[in-house]
Amino acid sequence: MAAVMVAAGKDGGCFINAHILGIFRRHHKPRRLSRAPSPMLASFDATTISARGLTRRFGAHTAVENVDLELKRGEVLGFLGPNGAGKTTTMQMLTGNLAPSEGEVSICGIDLLAHPVSAKEKIGYLPETPPLYRELNVDEFLELAVRLHRVPTAQRREAVARAKQRCGLTDVGRKLIGSLSKGYQQRVGIAQAIAHEPDVLILDEPTVGLDPNQIREIRALVRELGGSRSVILSTHILSEVEAICDRVQIMHHGRVVYSDSIAALKALQSGRTVVCGLERPPAEAELAALPGVIAVERVGDRLFRLQLASDGEPSAQLVARAAERNWGLFQLAPAQTSLEDVFVNLTK
Amino acid sequence: MIFTIAAKELRTLFTSPLAWMVLTAVQLVTGYAFLKRLDDFLQVQPQLVQLTSPPGVTELVLAPLFATTAFVLFFAAPLLGMRLIAEERRNQTMVFLTSAPVSMTEIVLGKFVGHALFLLLIIALITAMPLSLSGSTSLDYGLLASLFLGLVLLALGFAALSLYISSLTTHPILAAFGAFAALLVMLLVSETAGDGVRARGWHVPAALVQVFSPLKNFEPFGKGVIDTYAIACAVLFAIVFLVLTVRRLDAQRLRG
Repeated sequence: MAAVMVAAGKDGGCFINAHILGIFRRHHKPRRLSRAPSPMLASFDATTISARGLTRRFGAHTAVENVDLELKRGEVLGFLGPNGAGKTTTMQMLTGNLAPSEGEVSICGIDLLAHPVSAKEKIGYLPETPPLYRELNVDEFLELAVRLHRVPTAQRREAVARAKQRCGLTDVGRKLIGSLSKGYQQRVGIAQAIAHEPDVLILDEPTVGLDPNQIREIRALVRELGGSRSVILSTHILSEVEAICDRVQIMHHGRVVYSDSIAALKALQSGRTVVCGLERPPAEAELAALPGVIAVERVGDRLFRLQLASDGEPSAQLVARAAERNWGLFQLAPAQTSLEDVFVNLTK
Repeated sequence: MIFTIAAKELRTLFTSPLAWMVLTAVQLVTGYAFLKRLDDFLQVQPQLVQLTSPPGVTELVLAPLFATTAFVLFFAAPLLGMRLIAEERRNQTMVFLTSAPVSMTEIVLGKFVGHALFLLLIIALITAMPLSLSGSTSLDYGLLASLFLGLVLLALGFAALSLYISSLTTHPILAAFGAFAALLVMLLVSETAGDGVRARGWHVPAALVQVFSPLKNFEPFGKGVIDTYAIACAVLFAIVFLVLTVRRLDAQRLRG
């Protein structure tokens, strides 16, 4: 891994190329394991973050209600929701910046509310506005970050160097943070979150305000980091979630309204699912018996969700059969399967 | 952790022009005051020697210089203290500290130590002025030590108070103005109400008033009296505002 980084490390975007070539994912995990201290080894496959019944009220207003969340090492969770849905509040509670009104959070088995200091050691957090001291230079700032996160003195220099390398900051170590561009400042924000090798990484809209190239770089970085730790990522960009997350949760009005794995969502997309509306529907068995129809699910009085085989022309046959038997076909449309459809449907 | 945060405070302070401007202004003002007093002293010295027990240079030059320094701190502490929490909140960097594995007490103490160390630097620079006379005349080192201790206690109190006021708001200017107003009120209270209350024999309220009169507690040190009651009051004053700051920040985490 180090060789790849050094070889490609001349420009900031090195990790993208490495990632696209598939070098990182495959080699990352074993190398991490061999270098990691033993406690990490022991808890490698364990649940890293779990929250139960998280509720937060501000006076009479309930910002977050009964949110459950569980993440295993190596998972990347996409956290979606319209503005004001309670994403940031939830993240503040997960990082110990805001006390929940009800519920509990545990980080690698440590209760965040009872033992905040030891739990926070395992979290890296990038808030919506990156918390940067503009008057410090990048090296000083990252040094401060690892110091505050109790990285042993002997490992500090290496931790800072590694974080800079990962975020493409090697060349700007001595520049003042205030003089850096927004994209670089965002990278510094991410670097301070990952420098102490946290088990849980919580990123609140890490790609907001960046240009497309920078967004690609940061996505690649998140994917790389997701290989060895848990990442929670809040964003408005749905394609981002589809591209880099393993699971997705959608929040609306302070509640989790959707929670599924991206793999399941993609399976639904590829399965050619259609919704068909019939005025005078036959029995479900009759629909299921049609050639090319794999499964039938009744979703309303006159609405059916049909899963179609990928070969042949099942929809044409369906239309023909409907006309022949006078079922009164009034709708035949692809089922809502994209993340955008799910999102819009649940939160409009 | 406390010293890591204190070092960070000092580092960010010294990269801003504010620290250097304050130090320069303080040196100019107190340097002028020192030289003027010294000049006056040299003019009256021939008459002083005719007295049976003439006051020395320490009493006539250094004591007033340190009283001037007390007033300099009166302005400097709120001005430098406004950045501590209010500005961090405004720049949304406070979350950097609160997300780190450090307790709220450590954060508050770190900021307090950083702030107090800067005020201590001001005091040290001013103390260096009279020490420059030590080669040519004999100084009253006892009185000098007493003055120094008094100023340090005063600085600790001012630092704690301005830290607390800074935790109440997100506007640095408001924090500076608030801390300044609070100190002014305390000054006025200690001038008037304290004595009135004591004269009526109300000892507990009088003692409370004295705790919240930092300048009043400085007075005995100015005369070379190490007053343990004044030391206790000054320490209590600092502790009260540090505890209030921790509570205030904790409440923010709880209530949002």
